[in-house]
Amino acid sequence: MNKLLQKFLTLTLVVVLPILVIYLNIRFGLQRNEVEAVKVTLKSESVASVDHSSFPILQQSFSNPKQVTEACLSCHNKRDDELMQSAHWRWERETEIPGRGVVTIGKKNLHNNFCTGADGNNGSCMRCHIGYGWEDKSFDFEDPTNIDCLVCHDKSDTYKKLIGGGGWPATAENATKEYPVPDYNLVAQSVGYPDRDNCGVCHFYGGGGNNVKHGDLEKALLNTTRSVDVHMAVDGPNMVCIDCHKTEKHNITGRAYSVSASNTNRATCEQCHGETPHNDKVIDYHNHKVACQTCHIPVYAKVNGTSLYWDWSVAGRRNPDSSFIKEYDADHNYSYLSIKGHFVFDNMVTPEYSWFNGTADHLLNDDSATVLPVKINTLFGSYCDSTSKIWPVKVHRGKQPFDSASRQILSMKLFSKNFNEGAFWMDLNWDSAIIKGMEYNEREYSGKFVILPTEAYWPLNHMVSKKEETLKCEACHTRQNSRIAGLTDFYLPGRDYSKAVDYSGFAIILFSLIGIIVHSVMRFTSKRKFN
Amino acid sequence: MRKIKIFTPFERFWHWSQMLLVFVLTVTGFEIHGNYNLVGYECAVRLHNSAAWTFIGLGILSIVYMLSSKQYKNFIPTKEKLGEQIKYYTSGIFKNEPHPTKKSLYNKLNPLQRIIYVGLLIVVFPVQIFTGLIYMFYHYPQNPADVAGFKFAAITHTLGAFLMVAFVLVHVYMTTTGHKLTSGIKSMITGYEEEPLENKPSEKPENSI
Repeated sequence: MNKLLQKFLTLTLVVVLPILVIYLNIRFGLQRNEVEAVKVTLKSESVASVDHSSFPILQQSFSNPKQVTEACLSCHNKRDDELMQSAHWRWERETEIPGRGVVTIGKKNLHNNFCTGADGNNGSCMRCHIGYGWEDKSFDFEDPTNIDCLVCHDKSDTYKKLIGGGGWPATAENATKEYPVPDYNLVAQSVGYPDRDNCGVCHFYGGGGNNVKHGDLEKALLNTTRSVDVHMAVDGPNMVCIDCHKTEKHNITGRAYSVSASNTNRATCEQCHGETPHNDKVIDYHNHKVACQTCHIPVYAKVNGTSLYWDWSVAGRRNPDSSFIKEYDADHNYSYLSIKGHFVFDNMVTPEYSWFNGTADHLLNDDSATVLPVKINTLFGSYCDSTSKIWPVKVHRGKQPFDSASRQILSMKLFSKNFNEGAFWMDLNWDSAIIKGMEYNEREYSGKFVILPTEAYWPLNHMVSKKEETLKCEACHTRQNSRIAGLTDFYLPGRDYSKAVDYSGFAIILFSLIGIIVHSVMRFTSKRKFN
Repeated sequence: MRKIKIFTPFERFWHWSQMLLVFVLTVTGFEIHGNYNLVGYECAVRLHNSAAWTFIGLGILSIVYMLSSKQYKNFIPTKEKLGEQIKYYTSGIFKNEPHPTKKSLYNKLNPLQRIIYVGLLIVVFPVQIFTGLIYMFYHYPQNPADVAGFKFAAITHTLGAFLMVAFVLVHVYMTTTGHKLTSGIKSMITGYEEEPLENKPSEKPENSI
């Protein structure tokens, strides 16, 4: 009996208890807390407090959209002051570029490696200005009636600005079936907070077509599912842009670092989800150095393709009959256009990754290209900078003209309604396009240009994936093909190791094994000898 | 044959729990290090962390036990018979010579074991625990204090892991060098070691209680 008890005790001590210890470890070690639900009131759920259709002033007969603006401002006074401070109106703002001081930059004067730049191509580009008729330098930024309230606030989905119209909607003279004269009474009586389509009409089509620029903002988001974007999905919370891009007094939060430089007025994930949304220490710690977007946007351009490469150097060829060439890739994206050059489009793109602290540099008019590829914009950040995080980025690469003497990026005149005014899209003539473009922007041009490679960095924020599709640890913490293989200014477990330590470690193990084998063989043979 | 008590119940529980923990820590640790893909990186990290905490808890428990029972004296290194012990493993064992040291409850480790184990207990374990805690809490340069770098801690932790693996290999092999092949392991299970009768019960050695 005593012996049985002894055996039982032994079994408990050396088997049952140790296994229990390990079991409890696995049981509680692998446990993950539930993520707390986000409780926010969405702007998109708000109900209009007034019925605009009952206001007599909106029932008048409008002959001109400016009259609608006047009617709006007659009740919503002071709104014009707010709006005229905004970057949506001015297309530039005063901002500080770290290390360079205060500059005034924006869409108006910055260059890009898509259609190269807006100013001077107003008829086409300024269609996306929230005003009427910014067709040239004579546009009056102080006249409130130039404000286009409707493009943002129309909820009838019938208001459209004319292509090439410099921000004007169609008039009786130039109306088409696709772009009719708006029914101003209908539109003015159905105003409200902007929906996805109000913002998307410009922000989805930057660069001359759907999803060309951003890669994570495109028309598919108007009616999408959780597999594309968990926030905007109609089978999800069906959120609109201003639910995240919170807006007070026409100041819309959010920064596009293709045109912004400072870490201010940003729309963030944390504003709803908090700093520790996972309710899990190991994962929440990552938020110190890894942006939410990095894991939660594993792929972008999930539906339609986005431009990844745009080579202007081959633009200008014509068909034998001198008509313009249009070529498409297998997915029906442009691969060559006479007026724009060669493109590479793709969808389901894996982002590239960069340190980013919310500040950025930009290639300004007077900057000389010294390092190739020329960086159109530069995201600042590094591991040792406490405000930096790893961020997923769309890198848009291209080739475009620079002044061969000053190495400054060149302004091109692309758009015109008429031939022989120097516009590249009409005449396909490089020299006159550059001369006219530089002239409009009051810049000096040596007369000779050189084509240089460029890179532009677009941090990704949209097309947040379902949690099941979030990046797994191994996407980065791996020796081969780590997503952040290019970020080498820190030690990443699973990716990095010391060759000296690893090689000597394995050597120690190997020598131990050899020692054990030799020793045991010697024991075995000597034992036989003695027996 | 005569039975000598060598290991107390707590020591046996501690040893086998620690064995399993070291196994879990090693398997998950080298997965985290990027050497292979077995249970998945996230799972490996979670298991490694929880096993590490248990290891620390068990360590504290054992310190309390060692101090209160004075069993820690077993780990105090001694030069006495160290030469003989080395000579035994390098030549005597091949000539069927007897063990130069006798085990008992108060002298359970031979002079060579004392040096190795005390090295583990006061160098390797603390270094692993310290660098492991840095690993857990000091992720980034600004948090909580700017020490020279997480890289150094991570690489030191890796070196410690290699030494542990080498220790375990040799340790397991050494258990076979007792009176019989399995008598070492048996004593860690039952607490008793069997010895041939001709060996006199050991005198209380210098370092014993």
